[in-house]
Amino acid sequence: MLNLLGKFFIFLIELFTRREAAKVYWYRFLDECITIGIDSVLIIAIVALFIGAVTCVQIFANLVSPMIPLYIVSNIVRDMTLLELSSTFMCVVLAGKVGSNIAGELGTMRITEQIDALEVMGINSASYLVLPKLLAAVVTFPILAIFSGFLGIFGGYLAGTLTGIITPEQYIYGIRFSFIPYNFIIPIVKSMVFGFLIATISAYKGYHTRGGALEVGKASTAAVTNSCIAILIADYLLAELLT
Amino acid sequence: MIEIKNISKAFNGKVVLDNISGQFKKGQTSLVIGSSGTGKSVLLKCMLDLLQPETGDVYFDGREFLHISENERKDLRREMGVLFQGGALFDSKTVHRNVQFPLDMLTTMTEAEKKDQVEFCLHKVGLDGTGKLMPSEISGGMKKRVGIARAIVMNPKYLFCDEPNSGLDPLTSIKIDELIKEITDEYQITTVVITHDMNSVLSIGDNIMFLYKGKKIWEGDSTSIMKSSLKELDEFVFSNHALKKLRGEYNK
Repeated sequence: MLNLLGKFFIFLIELFTRREAAKVYWYRFLDECITIGIDSVLIIAIVALFIGAVTCVQIFANLVSPMIPLYIVSNIVRDMTLLELSSTFMCVVLAGKVGSNIAGELGTMRITEQIDALEVMGINSASYLVLPKLLAAVVTFPILAIFSGFLGIFGGYLAGTLTGIITPEQYIYGIRFSFIPYNFIIPIVKSMVFGFLIATISAYKGYHTRGGALEVGKASTAAVTNSCIAILIADYLLAELLT
Repeated sequence: MIEIKNISKAFNGKVVLDNISGQFKKGQTSLVIGSSGTGKSVLLKCMLDLLQPETGDVYFDGREFLHISENERKDLRREMGVLFQGGALFDSKTVHRNVQFPLDMLTTMTEAEKKDQVEFCLHKVGLDGTGKLMPSEISGGMKKRVGIARAIVMNPKYLFCDEPNSGLDPLTSIKIDELIKEITDEYQITTVVITHDMNSVLSIGDNIMFLYKGKKIWEGDSTSIMKSSLKELDEFVFSNHALKKLRGEYNK
């Protein structure tokens, strides 16, 4: 375990040493923002809308006491969405999509000697290939988290108002009731940390693939499972630190 | 000239290369031959510093390569071109972009200069007009040609080819061999070819190194290989009837 951690940290250091010209990274960063960020918008939109809707319905179903005002439903939807769903749940979904993509791409490049081709040209392949992905994940994940948070709350609104659980006025009142602006910071910080973890763990797994197609598949699976575990551990630590 | 001295490499205690030394001369096509699993590709990777040997050194025109700073090694790498076994083309880039890639990364040439150089190299390997194709749209032989074009685009002093004929039909193999030989002669490059293709051995091998179970046990040229009485070399080179017959006629 210590050996693995050591190798992982050496890999991280490699990303920032012997870098190429900034211009090279800029174009690669923009490409990766499209692959990692923009290409994930649809899946995030679908997941966020439905999770928000389900959260609203479940909270209403479980808050049966007449002592509790209905606007509490949207109040809880808001906090759950901002504090957990828009960052943690979204990043678990992204670990599946982005993590497997990164590991698969780098693993294939490794077994087809494309990474060796970069190395013999004198290019730091780890830095050239992984650093733009890492930066793109750290930049686009918070934007996706904000987008996901908005759609989650909107999904709750649709489910609540269309099924008659709650009126639009009550829902909006609940969202605004006792709002703490700091709660907006939490999903942004969390999604940046999770983006870093997903990009680096998946890249590490893909970059160090040895063998053939079977090993690329294994690397992708390991990237997703390890990223998810890292997200959950980091989620707990961040919950302790930030709240 | 490339000189290797006492290269040894082991994986998990199993010795794959055992104290290999040799010289590869300028303007010559030097071949490293041997059966599968004998350490040819490992030797190439050690020479390129893609694998770190346990012992030994590699010298490029007297300049040490393995035990120098990363920046010095980077400078030396600019003088090398490598053709990998599968071509190792970047899937996301067109043929033109693949060939242009080293120029983009390692030079300050203008776009017009790069375009001219890429078109010259693609013409050299007989691939005019294919620049816009993706690697997935071209054949295995064309991929090797693009790989060669990319390897020579920086005007290298040293060219390394890892099994350039693997997976190709005999006719395409001969064309690739001829292309490597032509480039080596024309630009006076030091070329090292890893192969187990006997056509290559007999047609382009100016200097041949034979590896057997991780050891260099024979060295010579394509003429002396016909006369060699070394049992291991004989079994490897003349394993098929056509070549046996050819040697019989040659030695008459």
